[in-house]
Parts: sequence; C-alpha cells; structure tokens
Amino acid sequence: MGAEPMQSDLGLYDYLPWPGRPKITWPGGKKLAVWIAPNIEFYEYDPPNNPTRTPWGRPNPDVLQYSHRDYGNRAGWQRMMAAMDRAGFRGSVSLNVALCDHHPEIIRACADRGWEFFSHGIYNTRYVYNMTVDQEREIIRDAFDTVRKHTGQELAGWLSPALSNNLWTMDILAEAGIQYTCDMFHDDQPMPVKVRSGKLISMPYSLEMNDVIVYNSQKVTPRHYGEIIRRQFDQLYKESDDSGMVMCIPLHPYLVGQPHRIDAFAEAIDYIASHDGVWQATGREIAEAYHASGAYDAMTAAAAKHAQGDR
Amino acid sequence: MSLPENYLDYPARRYGMDHDRYDWSDMFARKPIAWPNGARIALSIVTHVQHFPLDMPAKPFKAPGALSMPYPDFRHFTNRDYGNRIGVFRILRLLAEKGLRTSFAINGCIATRYPALLDAVAAGGHEVVAHGLDMGKVHHSGLSVDDENAIIADTLRLLRGATGQPVEGWLSPGRAQGFNTPELLVRNGIRWNLDWANDDLPYPMLTKGGPLLAMPLAYETDDRVVANEYFQSEPEWVQQVKDRFDVLYRESADYGGRVMSLPLHSWVSGMPYRVEYLREVLDYILGHDGVWTAPVGQIAAAAESQV
Repeated sequence: MGAEPMQSDLGLYDYLPWPGRPKITWPGGKKLAVWIAPNIEFYEYDPPNNPTRTPWGRPNPDVLQYSHRDYGNRAGWQRMMAAMDRAGFRGSVSLNVALCDHHPEIIRACADRGWEFFSHGIYNTRYVYNMTVDQEREIIRDAFDTVRKHTGQELAGWLSPALSNNLWTMDILAEAGIQYTCDMFHDDQPMPVKVRSGKLISMPYSLEMNDVIVYNSQKVTPRHYGEIIRRQFDQLYKESDDSGMVMCIPLHPYLVGQPHRIDAFAEAIDYIASHDGVWQATGREIAEAYHASGAYDAMTAAAAKHAQGDR
Repeated sequence: MSLPENYLDYPARRYGMDHDRYDWSDMFARKPIAWPNGARIALSIVTHVQHFPLDMPAKPFKAPGALSMPYPDFRHFTNRDYGNRIGVFRILRLLAEKGLRTSFAINGCIATRYPALLDAVAAGGHEVVAHGLDMGKVHHSGLSVDDENAIIADTLRLLRGATGQPVEGWLSPGRAQGFNTPELLVRNGIRWNLDWANDDLPYPMLTKGGPLLAMPLAYETDDRVVANEYFQSEPEWVQQVKDRFDVLYRESADYGGRVMSLPLHSWVSGMPYRVEYLREVLDYILGHDGVWTAPVGQIAAAAESQV
C-alpha cells in the first residue's frame, strides 16, 4: 500500500458545466442552502509522527501551537456558539471524534441545540497518509461508534482529518455508509461522487470561506473576513434564483472565537439570516433533500449524457 | 512507507486533557474573577526586549523574529538591536506620559549587555519578566534537564541581580517549552508564565514541584505577529486590538473580570511611525471606566486566590 503509481486525475467525478444542469429545488422553496461547519478539533500534545507529515512545526510538545488550538475548546467555542444561536444557525460539526472522550461538555452543548456531528477523523494530529485500507476502515468504524455512543447520531458526513486523503478513501467511506464528503472543492452544488458502491455526494464545503485559510493563509483581517462572507453570500443568493446552490462557512473556534474576530463574523451571519430565501440547513439535511428532490439522479444522468457527447 | 501498528493507539484518549499540565475548564462557566476596586479589565502590557545573537542556531527551530539572512546577517541583527537602543525608550516615554506601570519581558543577557536599559525599565516602575537567556536559546524537549535548568537559573540570576526585583514571571523565547520546562521554572522560583495561548484569564497549572499560574498573552494581536506574520498595516492592528478590547469589556459585565493583554516588541512598536498607533490604542482603552493597568505580577497576585 502507498507504493501505487501516482495518477493524473482523481477520477472521482465527471465534468458537468454549470449552464444547462438540472434545476435544484430546496425544501420550502428556499433559494440558497447555507450551512456552517465548525471544526471542533483536538490536537495532541505528544502525537506520533507520520512519515508524510509531522504534526507540529516544533518538536513535541509545541506548546504555543498546541495551546493556541486548545483556546477553541476552553473559550472560543462559546463565543462561536453564541453568535450562531443569535443568527439561528445550527452547526454541522466537523468533529475529531476523540473530543467526545476529552470534552463531553462541548459535545452535549452542541447536541442540545440539535447540531449535526460529522467525522473529521479521530484527532487532527493523526493523518491517513500511509495507512492501509484496513487501518483507514478502522478509523471510520471508530468514528461511527464513538459518535453513536456519545450522541445517538448515525454519521452521515466526513471531512478527512487535516484534509489528508488516500485515493481509495471515497470508496471505503461510501461502503461504510457515509453519505457526503467535504473533501472536494470543485462546485457550488452538491455533486455525485463516483464510488465503487453506495451513493456518495460531494458537499460544497469551502477552502476560501474557511477561517483558517482566510486568516492564516490569505492573511485577511477579521473585519474583511466579514466582508467576504457577505460578498460570497450576495452572489450565490442572486444566482440561486435559477437553481439552488450551497454556501458553507467552515470555522475553527480557536480562530473565529477570538475576541478580536467574533463580532465581524457574527454580524456577517446575522446578515445572511435576515434573507427570506435562505435555508439554514445542516449537511445531512442538504444531502437528504438532494436525494429526495431527485437531484442526485438527475445530476448523475446529466453527467453521463455529457460524457457521451450529448451536449 | 508504512505506519507503526500503534499509530491507531490513543493512550491519552480520556476525559479532559491529554497531559497533566492543567485541567480543562470552560472559561464561560467559571466563578467570576473580581479585580481590585471593581475593575472590569486588567490591562496587561508586556513589552518584549530581545537580543538575537549573530550566530543563533537554526536547530531545532528558530524563535520568531530570528535572523534569516546568510551569516553575518547585519540587517536583522541591527534592526532587532534598534529596539534596545531607541525603541524601548520610545515606549517607556509613552508609558510614562500615560502614568502606566507595566511589564517588560527581557532576555537575561540584556542585564550584562545593556545594564542602562534595565535601569531605565526599573526606574520607570515597571516589572521585569524573565524572557529566557537570549533569542537563540529556545527551550525544547531535546535539552537535558541540567542544560535547560542552567539556562533558566542563569537568566534569573542575571535579571534578579541587576534589578533587585524578585522576578517571578517567565516568558520563553518564542513561547516554546519542553516537557520539563514548567517543573524547572517552579524549581527556580517562577510563579507564573506567559507561554500558553489557550485562555483569556489566568488559570492554575500543575507541576510536580508545585503550582504555576498561566497568565494570558494574546497571540494573534501581538504587534510582531500582525506586522511580520500577517503583513497587516498599523491601522489594521489598532482596529483588531480595539475590537479585542470591546468584546472582553462587554463580557466582563456578565462573566467577571477579564485580562486584556497587549504584547509589544521594542523593535516593532518602538519604531517612529508605529508609536503613535500605540498611543491611539492606549487612549482608546484607557478612555473606558474600570480599566486597571498593572504589571502582570500584580494581576497574577490578584487572581491567584480566585482561580
């Protein structure tokens, strides 16, 4: 395993240009599905090394980076949750499932609000790089069992830990009953994923709305983050007149939950929530509506037709 | 490549933290902290005073702000040293104008290199916080206990000797610690440290040698981080510091006293074009009722019995 030759394409989806697609209709005649995905994560103090990626920049323990992330679980999550409560958003939690063991209080607060839990692996310091298929199946099983035990929920979604993936990952997620993946950024609408068995959807998540990318890679100020959330929303809302789209805001409470950042974010999601045509959904609800409305079958058929040259 | 079989073992997967340095605690569910005279905010200003040796090692990692050009790196050595010659005095002058007594986190070697700097800090009524020996001496788990202890002991001997202050506070270069650092700090008479970035309030840490307090120090509104890691402008720094203050001030009405920490670097905020932005920040914060500005040690002492 791991020694297979590299391939030039993921091979996980067919090309289907935006114009001419089957129309997506969301429940209640809403235009745009907006979902918020807080990454509630646990990074380990003394994690084992993975030959492909070393968890911390400094030798263990990397006290500064470790404690920075821990801020989210001591302080940041409460500010983020309060902002979401105020705007009427339930979270779809991208969960390092070991957090159920470490901080059940946080899990309970999310569950009490009707938030969904999807899996973001066991810890954010354990990557699937160099795993065998069986090892990767084992973390999927662990995630299902842990989330079921602590919340009663059956996992529907998956975001690979620290966005680490193997080429077979989607196949074994679908085989285990996962309904949607957040690991691909190729569309503003949910799209079928080509897997060996089952029906897997690629759910629009986002790199560019993700606070960790915005703050730390793009070096964007907190107030400008509020501005780009509004602009992303305004454009997608307008375009959803024709066919339903999806907007996701992926968050990290250790970042957006900092005192100098929370208000700009809170005001931006209040703005989104003030629009009648917004469907404040969870990932699971969007996946279910996508199937129930026939969009999954229609998109699959349209993609097959397009591939056959019927354009 | 393959992974060891124990890659799927999680020996520290249990309730609370995956180490025994402190207990988990929800900042919004704690007993409210009361500051002296009913203050809502304890303003904790910590100015870093640093020496970056020309031959500082790159391994195992460099502290932020480290020299980065081929040896001999004239530009960064001298730019950082600007803070010790001019910048720190510009900040001291502004703090004196405002009548503020604050903290200065100072590398131990400054005591022998620039005793006049330490004298000026002490004469201004400020508290000296130990900031390691120099910026090339980072603390990490590859150091033997004896070697790391020697760095800490030397640092404290120099700073205590030069100022006569007890020097009970610690900030590691680059906020880096090894597995042994908290024990060694306590062994050397340190009562509180500023390295951990996981809270806006003081909280108790656990060491084999006795208690140690973690004091908050903002990471992402630090002047150096905003200017040199995020490449954001001074007005953008000012805005973020004000926004941080506003939220903490608002929370203090419902959740008890908060700490507003303001980390500064003599070679960053001490620049001519930046110091008036610092004045703007101070004017804004001090324009609110219920702001208590104090050295970190006094804030720690006020918090100690309440956390």
